[in-house]
Amino acid sequence: MQVDYNKKDKQLTIKITEEIDHHSCEKIKKRADYEIQIHLPKKLVFDFENVNFMDSSGIGMLIGRYKLVSMFGGKTSLINVKPAIKKVFEMSGVLKLIPIEENKNMGGAKVEECI
Amino acid sequence: MKNAYENEMKLEFLSKSCNESFARITVASFVAQLDPTIEEIADIKTAVSEAVTNCIIHGYEDKEGIIKIECKIFANSIKIEISDNGKGIDDIEQAKQALYTSKPEQERSGMGFTIMESFMDELKVESVLGVGTKVTMKKIINKGVTYV
Ligand SMILES: Nc1ncnc2c1ncn2[C@@H]1O[C@H](COP(=O)(O)OP(=O)(O)OP(=O)(O)O)[C@@H](O)[C@H]1O
Ligand SMILES: [Mg+2]
Repeated sequence: MQVDYNKKDKQLTIKITEEIDHHSCEKIKKRADYEIQIHLPKKLVFDFENVNFMDSSGIGMLIGRYKLVSMFGGKTSLINVKPAIKKVFEMSGVLKLIPIEENKNMGGAKVEECI
Repeated sequence: MKNAYENEMKLEFLSKSCNESFARITVASFVAQLDPTIEEIADIKTAVSEAVTNCIIHGYEDKEGIIKIECKIFANSIKIEISDNGKGIDDIEQAKQALYTSKPEQERSGMGFTIMESFMDELKVESVLGVGTKVTMKKIINKGVTYV
């Protein structure tokens, strides 16, 4: 997991670097909540570039972080989501709360083009 | 012969969360002999992860127990049974509803059965309170490809 905080934009970027399941969620939750509470970001971005697997545990985990950031008036979004994982997101309806943004790291290309 | 299967494997492991990835990877590598697409593999891994996680969180409620997986391969399909000897489900219809969870305080989203149902071609849930739960899933691999 790589964490980056941009003071100017108050943007916290959390890059998850492992498969997301019930087992790994505990650890991800703890670290994310710690970073959120010290930075109180206006914008929380989860970078999924290195995530090759996610089950419903990930949905619950992301909604939990979304709720926490919302309490301070912050927004949450996702970048670099691979198709297999997008399928899980689409089923859950969670993208209405936590949208997938265009992939900024790769010259504005759409998420689908970056796999 | 009806229902003749071509290959079979059985797996038993402790209900520890670190076995979730072991379980889905093992089933995925067993299925590989059917030459599935990347998407089919991803669907199967996700469905297996859902069922195994349910055994751990709900069936055994984080206490130690045994989870069993049985896989049978047919000409162009796979059948996966995942079972626990845990708590059991009182109301299966309610449990299968999207967004229903008995553990909202643990940040569960209630999407597990919905994912299993839509990522696989068939889902059957059998459960007896105090005895355990068995989830049976089937998936046709390489739809449209004809086998000799
Ligand atoms: N093996 C099991 N043993 C006992 N109860 C179960 C079992 N599997 C599922 N259940 C019950 O069915 C409900 C729905 O399961 P489902 O997987 O759809 O959602 P969840 O596990 O609560 O949340 P999510 O899977 O999204 O994290 C559970 O909340 C639980 O009450
Ligand atoms: Mg579940």
